[in-house]
Amino acid sequence: MSDTSVLWEETVQPGASWSHVLKRGTALRLTDIEGGANAGALFYNFECPAERYNMPDTLKAQHIARLTTGAVLYSDMGRILCSIVADTVGWHDPLGGCSHAVMLKSRYGEGTYQQLRNQYHRNGHDSFLIELGKWGLGPRDLVPNVNFFSRVDVAEDGAMTYHENNSAPGSYIELRAEMNVLTILNTCPHPLDPAPAYQPKPVHLSIRRAPPPGPDDPCRLSRPENGRGFTLTERYFL
Amino acid sequence: MSGIRIVESPRDPSGAAYSFVIPPGEPWIHEVSKGQYFRIVDLHGNQAVDTLFYNARDYSDRYSAQDTIREQRNLYLTTGTQLMSTNGNVLLTIVADTCGRHDTVGGACANESNMVRYAIEKRHMHACRSSFLKAVTEWGNEMTKRDITSNINFFMNVPVTPEGGLTFEDGISDPGKYVEMRAEMDVLALISNCPQLNNPCNAYNPTPVQVLIWNP
Repeated sequence: MSDTSVLWEETVQPGASWSHVLKRGTALRLTDIEGGANAGALFYNFECPAERYNMPDTLKAQHIARLTTGAVLYSDMGRILCSIVADTVGWHDPLGGCSHAVMLKSRYGEGTYQQLRNQYHRNGHDSFLIELGKWGLGPRDLVPNVNFFSRVDVAEDGAMTYHENNSAPGSYIELRAEMNVLTILNTCPHPLDPAPAYQPKPVHLSIRRAPPPGPDDPCRLSRPENGRGFTLTERYFL
Repeated sequence: MSGIRIVESPRDPSGAAYSFVIPPGEPWIHEVSKGQYFRIVDLHGNQAVDTLFYNARDYSDRYSAQDTIREQRNLYLTTGTQLMSTNGNVLLTIVADTCGRHDTVGGACANESNMVRYAIEKRHMHACRSSFLKAVTEWGNEMTKRDITSNINFFMNVPVTPEGGLTFEDGISDPGKYVEMRAEMDVLALISNCPQLNNPCNAYNPTPVQVLIWNP
């Protein structure tokens, strides 16, 4: 690592949204400060947002249904948006999707701004649409999302179960940007979180410079598919 | 394999209001009205049918794989599955299924994903997302690539393991097996009859499928 100093950092408050163009050559570390956080995330090629994170391409290229170190997040154009270069959790959810207003109201009752001010019940679906709107994007750009720090188990018969206590306090995951990536985040609770009350958690973010992936980069070597994914990504910049 | 349930339909093909055979490698786009029944028949067996649905009044409200599997707490689609939209609407309900399990996390093949998965030299091979793009471009109504999202793979078997692995198993479909849905609202259906030759999803021989629509 030639330069690992943190460029800047910020905390996404519980239930809040965040977006940023993560530059190629930098890495974003997300830290679950208290444990039990959820960070819903979407990723787009900033130069052409019609190219965006693709859940099925990510899973089938790597034969995975969970995200951890060594895995990469693919766009729908065969390129790598970001690589997971560090992870102390071991399992992040690519399947569960995001919460909706109707879901939150049925579970937790009314939670309006008028009652609760900035502790009001924000949901993942509306939060994604608001943050996408700031970049000129909208409902047609809402695709399956990632849920960092959360885990959903799938049984042999397909039954899906939320895995409690997946992420301990201080857990982190680090994403290295392989393109200039419009990153959309929110800290709304996971849609399968059985907590009896609306209890979103904060997530700390820090950004540092990251050297480009060399020939022996673990994400590049983790699967032959990823070797080709890096080649196609590098060609995009030539 | 546990949890496979076979449910037959009472509807007779001779009474269908619409019938069409989609050749292998071709797209098909068609509206299905609320209350109509929509059947897809795997005529020759083990043919992946990549399918998307839209609210016919608002194409930005479209099929959502994540909402569909999460709301039923199960990864696989079969009889009883409500196909959910991004806005939380039920687009269609699966009312009969003689195959018993369908995938919605494996997505559709594309020139670019084939280059990653198999070889960069595979770019030229015909792929589902090219068929989707051709169909939405011809359909018009300002539909573009932004409207091509994560789809259903009828008749495909893509199990997830308890360890978080994704596997591509041989199909469990056979000639004549079908899946039938009731439209719960007016929907637009978009199909790519998959041309993939690089893996066993079509048994290395893409074949035609039939679509049928019955009035209520």
